[in-house]
Amino acid sequence: MDILSLLVVVPVITVLILFFINDNQLVRIISALGIGVETILTLVITKDYVAERSAGNTAEFLFTRDLMWFKPLNIHYFVGVDGISVAMLLLTAIVLLAGIFISWNIEELTKEFFISLIILGTGVFGFFISLDLFTMFLFYEVAVIPMYLLIGIWGTGPKEYAAMKLTLMLMGASAILLVSILGIYYYSGMTFNMQEIAQMQMPIHAQRFFFPLAFVGFGVLGALFPFHIWSPDGHASAPTAVSMLHAGVLMKLGTYGAFRVAMYLMPQAANEYSTFFMGLAAIGVIYGAFGAIRQTDLKYINAYSSVSHLGLIFFGMMALNKIAYTGAVLQMISHGLMTAVFFALIGMLYGRTHTRDVRKMGGLLKILPFIAAVYVIIGLASLGLPGLSGFVAEMNIFVGAFQNPDFVHRAFSVLSVSAIVVTAVYILRVVGMMLMGPVTNDEFYKLPKAVWYERVGALLVLLPVIAIGLAPMWLTTLIQDSLGNIVEHLAAFGH
Amino acid sequence: MNNYILMRDEFVLLGIILLLLVAEIMLIGKNRKIVAGIATGMFMVHTVIGFFPLPEGVLFGGSYRTTHLLHNMKNIMNVGVVILLLQTWTWAREEWSGRGRMSEFYLLIFSTLLGMYYMVSSGDFLMFFLGLELASLPIGGLAAYDLSKMRSAEAGAKFILMAGLASAISLFGISMIYGITGSLYFSEVAQNFHLSGLGTIGLLFFISGLAFKISLVPFHFWTPDVYEGAPVPVTSYLSVISKAAAIFALAIVLFLIGREFVSIWKPAIYWMAVLTMTVGNLFALRQKNMKRFLAFSSVAQAGFILLGILSFDQMGMAAVVYFAAIYIFSNLATFGVVQVISLKTGKENMDDYNGLYRTNPKLSLVMLLGLFSLAGIPPVAGFFGKFFLFMSAAAHGYYWLVIIAVINVTISLYYYLLVVRAMFLRKSDTPIEPFQAEMPVKIGLALTVVGILALGLYSPFYDFILNLSTNI
Repeated sequence: MDILSLLVVVPVITVLILFFINDNQLVRIISALGIGVETILTLVITKDYVAERSAGNTAEFLFTRDLMWFKPLNIHYFVGVDGISVAMLLLTAIVLLAGIFISWNIEELTKEFFISLIILGTGVFGFFISLDLFTMFLFYEVAVIPMYLLIGIWGTGPKEYAAMKLTLMLMGASAILLVSILGIYYYSGMTFNMQEIAQMQMPIHAQRFFFPLAFVGFGVLGALFPFHIWSPDGHASAPTAVSMLHAGVLMKLGTYGAFRVAMYLMPQAANEYSTFFMGLAAIGVIYGAFGAIRQTDLKYINAYSSVSHLGLIFFGMMALNKIAYTGAVLQMISHGLMTAVFFALIGMLYGRTHTRDVRKMGGLLKILPFIAAVYVIIGLASLGLPGLSGFVAEMNIFVGAFQNPDFVHRAFSVLSVSAIVVTAVYILRVVGMMLMGPVTNDEFYKLPKAVWYERVGALLVLLPVIAIGLAPMWLTTLIQDSLGNIVEHLAAFGH
Repeated sequence: MNNYILMRDEFVLLGIILLLLVAEIMLIGKNRKIVAGIATGMFMVHTVIGFFPLPEGVLFGGSYRTTHLLHNMKNIMNVGVVILLLQTWTWAREEWSGRGRMSEFYLLIFSTLLGMYYMVSSGDFLMFFLGLELASLPIGGLAAYDLSKMRSAEAGAKFILMAGLASAISLFGISMIYGITGSLYFSEVAQNFHLSGLGTIGLLFFISGLAFKISLVPFHFWTPDVYEGAPVPVTSYLSVISKAAAIFALAIVLFLIGREFVSIWKPAIYWMAVLTMTVGNLFALRQKNMKRFLAFSSVAQAGFILLGILSFDQMGMAAVVYFAAIYIFSNLATFGVVQVISLKTGKENMDDYNGLYRTNPKLSLVMLLGLFSLAGIPPVAGFFGKFFLFMSAAAHGYYWLVIIAVINVTISLYYYLLVVRAMFLRKSDTPIEPFQAEMPVKIGLALTVVGILALGLYSPFYDFILNLSTNI
């Protein structure tokens, strides 16, 4: 068994064990253990990956394993990682582990909750290691479908509506994606192997037809404007850990897929469509930011802010140069961590105050110092304060985007930069209203402080944010080589 | 004369039918409940015998033909019937023993199955038509099995009338084809057929007769009423085994005779596929009765299968058979649960399923797997079945059809999720009480779960079917 397949096997075994356990406390412990092992595995993979690279291994993908699955159709189980996927695996493991701890106090159908959560995680891990489009697509759907139960059973508010809307939009998107995958298969000599497809030049007319399908198919999951409409409702209704995982990791499936599948495999069309999708991304950036200003529900604020930040990722990708790509990948990681912390904190606040309306809260810094302090730090990261991860990512994206000499690109860049100011407005407004000032409600004095599992969960995700901000080099070197390969590839095939 | 070994499966089944006819007479005054055991047991033996290899060949100068593919199609149907018999154990044994009707159910089921064997194995139109009739008529009796209920009687009458009409149209088409080609044998028809107005009408008439059996739109109007009125085991049989057999038959006949005139039937199948998927889905959206709901869902499923027939090559045939096998398991899982619940509580509406997971978690999980498989969600088998169907259609450039199909998959997901919503998300003040089903029923449900989980992930099964499909 190779180490990458273990990433899928460990959670599956965990789920199987959970299936036969009926004691809630034991369920929690086993879930934490299983995902703990998973996290250790990703750390080992990261360490091995860095070691291999520094030993001079220049293969595009490392730790590859290629097993024939459906021979007549040339469908393989083919896994392997490059720097970008390793970074995404790390992100997933951290957020998933934190999510398990944050959900420690779930009492209704505990076992089913953790099983669904871990199945979702399995799908995400499988997605990031897949190099075969069929396997990748399979894992993509495995990751999406548990969301329905997770939101529908354990959610809040209009959960049935939100769960149905989210599931249908994401599965509809995956259906579109399926058509594109079939097109890629037949126009590149009947193979799902991404490495082989990349070496083949798909006919330009096929690229023109299938690129938008693939990009939009993944873009829906990445909340690309105007396909983001599932996201605010979905995030607002989902239970805490699910919001964390969804905004933190699952949406990155969309951006990662758009990059890996749509752009990497159909570079010419990516070049042709870049202005159009860059426009959509820019609208998303600005629209999301202004949307967040208008909201008073903490989860909606964060959901719109996610639309804005995810827009930046697409924006960076469409700038078509290495600096912007670096920024886009960093933003995936950075936003994944930040938004996970946000949702964790919102969950903690909601669990105590039973409201998510910022107007009804005030002075919480005095009562809940830990939660409030983390909120401020992560808020500052989100608005791009130097020294935290958000700054590194956004800086790269805008520098890269502005390098593109095309006038329209530059115009979009200038417009999008303005969103940073708006971001500061909505973050600081929330901090001011909710955390500062006098305590508005005497009931708040009785609120309990953060308990151990909440602290563990929040810190697990917060520390990497600071680590990336202070020393981004370890992450950039991790992704640099792989991005170099992709840039070369796009330059060779893209024009 | 030892060529008759080719008809082994038919002979064994016929033997079982005759034995059952006698059995009940022999058992007068004794405990008649054993009939259920005898019938199920004998059919299991028959199924096992079916798995022993058979040579390929023809009989009666080409009227009857069998190949490895056809033989295994029968095996797939047999497995489906075994599961169905296990699931109907309680119903057939307890419900009817007091009313002195034990063996009828099995007799009728086995007779229609025999008809389906001949339909699948036919080498000329005459044999085909005989098979079609033998497969259709007993179903009328089955649909009206619960004579004391008006709806059941209505379902039986409706089915017989519609089936008669469809058979007549089909026969009319056959007579035109005969008029043009001067032969009833598929091989000669394929050679002598030439494009003409009469030929086109003949072929389309013939296809419509089969389209009725598969309930393709616009020949589907009988489906919901009959499905709702008939007893659940019969509905289950109709929508699973009967439909699969008719699809096999349609695929085989078109593959055998259709090569020279794809320009006639391909557009017809194309548009029937579009209509069947879309109309089936749109009607399924608003159904509240589980049987009607599954009826329309199975109409839509048949539309997807047409994509494989349309591609008209080995891969397409393999996709059709593969999907049909998976469809049998998935649909039997959902129908099995509906049947158990209907028998225990008499409840058949979707709202009655509210909160089912909290009282009967295992049944809900079986239902969930079945629905996910029908909806095509990985990693269960339905995903692979649908993916390969779409692949085979895309191989011939039918991208727009695939786009329509995937949109329909998304729509279908909506109504499958409605059932999931009822079972898992909703709570009820009057939920279905926890209960235990009898052992054979449990086994019948467990088998479907095994099939749903294994048939997709275990790739040699697909390779096996693809190899079979070389010789149709």
